[in-house]
Amino acid sequence: MWVHLRIELYKIFRKPRTYLAFAAITALIVIIQIGLYVDGKEYTEFVMADFANSFAVDGKILNGYFICYVILQLLLIHVPLLIALIAADMISGEANMGTLRLLLTKPQSRTAIVTAKFLASVIYTLLLLVWIAILGLFVSTMIFGTDDLFIMKSSYVVIVKESDVFWRYTGAFCFAALAMITVASLGFFLSFFAENSIGPIVATMSVIIVCTILSTMNIPIFNVIKPYLFTTHMITWKEFFDFKVNDANEAIVGSIQYPERIIHSSIVLLIHILGFAGGAILLFRKKDILS
Amino acid sequence: MSSIVKVNFLTKQFNQFTAVNDLSFSVEKGDVYGFLGQNGAGKSTTIRMMLTLITPTNGQIEIFGYDLYKHRRDILQQIGAVIEKPDVYKYLSAYDNLQLFARLSGVKPTRQIIMDQLEMVGLADRANDTVKTFSQGMKQRLGIAIALVHNPSLIMLDEPTNGLDPQGIADIRNLILQLSRDRKKTVIVSSHLLNEIEQIATRILIIDKGHKLVEGTAAALFDTTQTIVQIDTTNNEQAVQQLELSSWKTNLKPMRDGHILIQLDQQDIPHLNQFLVNHQIGVLSLQPRHSLEDYFLQITAGKQHVGTFTN
Repeated sequence: MWVHLRIELYKIFRKPRTYLAFAAITALIVIIQIGLYVDGKEYTEFVMADFANSFAVDGKILNGYFICYVILQLLLIHVPLLIALIAADMISGEANMGTLRLLLTKPQSRTAIVTAKFLASVIYTLLLLVWIAILGLFVSTMIFGTDDLFIMKSSYVVIVKESDVFWRYTGAFCFAALAMITVASLGFFLSFFAENSIGPIVATMSVIIVCTILSTMNIPIFNVIKPYLFTTHMITWKEFFDFKVNDANEAIVGSIQYPERIIHSSIVLLIHILGFAGGAILLFRKKDILS
Repeated sequence: MSSIVKVNFLTKQFNQFTAVNDLSFSVEKGDVYGFLGQNGAGKSTTIRMMLTLITPTNGQIEIFGYDLYKHRRDILQQIGAVIEKPDVYKYLSAYDNLQLFARLSGVKPTRQIIMDQLEMVGLADRANDTVKTFSQGMKQRLGIAIALVHNPSLIMLDEPTNGLDPQGIADIRNLILQLSRDRKKTVIVSSHLLNEIEQIATRILIIDKGHKLVEGTAAALFDTTQTIVQIDTTNNEQAVQQLELSSWKTNLKPMRDGHILIQLDQQDIPHLNQFLVNHQIGVLSLQPRHSLEDYFLQITAGKQHVGTFTN
């Protein structure tokens, strides 16, 4: 299995397409950082407009933690496309290239080959998130410094103490990893059914778009299925930034307001991952290679 | 002789379509086994079943004396294959492709071994070039190097000359002969080109619509004196009329593309020519045809699907 995994990773990182995703993320993050570096003051004034009369802010809102939060909010919507580029190509791309049949004439078990392919796409997904974390969190804190994290919700502001932020980001990135692995496993599953890369990539994005719309539309008929859609749970990373308060209405450091939501969403996403990846592995074992 | 491959009653159905139907044959050690059939005859499906790429609907495949599906990995360890186009990773070099597939074949070759393989197929000087810069012939040769890198004892080549120019075809033919003669490999090679197989195969299986037509040694198969001859005359209509009125009538085949076809012993060709000339019909050309299609016409005349030629 280790040999297979190394070979799959080798193949992924020898493809120019792989670096497109890293380049795109770098460009997006740098654009956000430059924009906020130049016009950040206006931006924070705009988003804080509703609260400006309610309380005075002591400290630096526009800090690295705030920038990272903005980046996460924006990027986690678009990263699935970059993940689909690789994950949805894992089987279909080889079928299209014709290498799948050569690969499967080698004395290796199909389960090992397809599992290695899935794990390689998971590793690629994790590396993308690590890259986002490096640029979004570490580089942002280096450029903008650190302070308490201000999060503007629709009707209230959450202020997370500087000392209480880092572990929340760790949790948020771990959860985001789970959400993005779900996307990767969906792309991987769909790549089983096609013999070209474009089809599964488009199909993956279509499924995500449709499910996201269903998750966000507040129509009673769709409310029944919402809890089962993975897109409903992909934004649960934000729960890491809501905390409990004590009787004096002070934030309890190290607490999460609704940890059960995170656990529940994690379980739903895990079930999706197991379903998609397991389905692909089971089907692949019996697949007739006609390409 | 010991059978390396035994295929018994192999059948593959895709929904209602039967691609391979009750096919049985065996390949002996050291054979260059020609697997002949027109496009869509079921050759590739059979070879893919022999490589576990396609699961048979029915039948058994034994290779090296073991059931293929029970001992898949052990058996595939000793098989090298090129299936149709030799598609490899275009963004990798020839060297990297060879190294990667060698690893997957269970060996860890030294640089020298890889270079020797590339040398054998004439690609040593292009070892570090990415495959996307290669011609079809070079890719085909790389595919063969990949098939051989783990030193298998059985080699399966499915339409290895597809898309190659005459020089490429000759190179592949020589390589197969070299593998058989010098390296004592058993080779199964499929093609729809009779003349290709005829030049290299020691034993031949011809299939049509998934059925076995004939199987046997090449010598026995091609030793038949019956030949399809294509005739063109100054007046083909009149020639056919005269032939139908004569004893040649039983040898006549339906005309194709305006040509007269007739099946006869090779020694009767001068007599046929004489016959036409005697009837004031100018003979423009009179040539034996050697295509698979004609051969099918020959062997299917008055014969149903299964037949065996022996020496």
